[in-house]
Amino acid sequence: MTHDVIVEIGGTPVRLSTEDPALVEILHDRYAGFITDRPAAAPLQLRIHLVSGLVPGADDVHVTRSNGLWRFERSDFMAEWSPETGRGTVRQTLPNPYSIDTVLRILHSVVLVPQRGFLLHAASAIRHGRAFVFSGISGAGKTTISRLAPPDVTLLSDEISYIRPNEGRYVAFGTPFAGELAKAGENVSAPLEAVFLLAQGPENRRDPVAPAEAARALLRNILFFAEDPGLVELVFRSALDCVSRVPVWRLTFVPDPKIWEMIA
Amino acid sequence: MSLYVARSSAVAARALEGEMIVMSTRDSTLFTLNEVATEIWQAADGRTPLEEIVERSICVKFDVEPAAALRDAEECCRKLAAHGILLVSEQPIVPGA
Repeated sequence: MTHDVIVEIGGTPVRLSTEDPALVEILHDRYAGFITDRPAAAPLQLRIHLVSGLVPGADDVHVTRSNGLWRFERSDFMAEWSPETGRGTVRQTLPNPYSIDTVLRILHSVVLVPQRGFLLHAASAIRHGRAFVFSGISGAGKTTISRLAPPDVTLLSDEISYIRPNEGRYVAFGTPFAGELAKAGENVSAPLEAVFLLAQGPENRRDPVAPAEAARALLRNILFFAEDPGLVELVFRSALDCVSRVPVWRLTFVPDPKIWEMIA
Repeated sequence: MSLYVARSSAVAARALEGEMIVMSTRDSTLFTLNEVATEIWQAADGRTPLEEIVERSICVKFDVEPAAALRDAEECCRKLAAHGILLVSEQPIVPGA
């Protein structure tokens, strides 16, 4: 018997189908808050098959496109997905959430490109109806800034932020992709008010970042795995468009909740 | 001998507040061009000799001596060509060739 779990992130539903009841339970647990019963007209679909032994593939994620099919692979999974039909299959070795979590990140990073959106290695949160993104490499303070958030802040993610234009404005959406906080974001969205490039330092301060430097920083932190020149160019254009429309600041901070007074 | 320069087709580029940002779509390497390199980049149509670009754009805008400016421009172009974002030839460069 096939079980379907529809996981909707950033308004894009993906139907995950499996015959394994244990995996269904894991998916419900992992993506609680992002699961919808609302049947989409043409949802993206991934049929998950559990296979024994290692799937041939490298330790690193490898993403290629050939004959109209995307292929995402790592040593613990191999996925193929057709952008034409929206359907694909995932072969993974164990009923754990890690493989499908990576597959979903890659899928969304690909699907977002023509929408001029992107997944960003960044924490994000909503306060007073506006979204703020905190970007930086591992150790820059994404989880710390998330932990320091006052109670009226809604966390969208402490690790991977989902950003795309909507009705003329950039909007940040919550994701279930968690970092060190090990806690999914809330499934809500808000217009993106500012991007902060994180740096830990001796005092709290925010300094404006010139668009060119902001673009370079953003491009360094966009999750994009595919080596496809056409899509790389679109990602480039999206990043530059975003920094020309959304203010970017360098946020230097000490681990103190007062930093949030400087944010919003 | 004149040099001709043309932008590679395997790049994405956009000016942001006076700075030209160029990305190789082959390997996603990012470059930020300075003002002089930006002038060359924008004029690199494959048909105009580099010497003419230097005389017309760089010497006028930056008040530099033509011979020195041309030497610097040639060096700059060869560096960009080595990164695969600019094409350099002793013949005019036909688009798509």
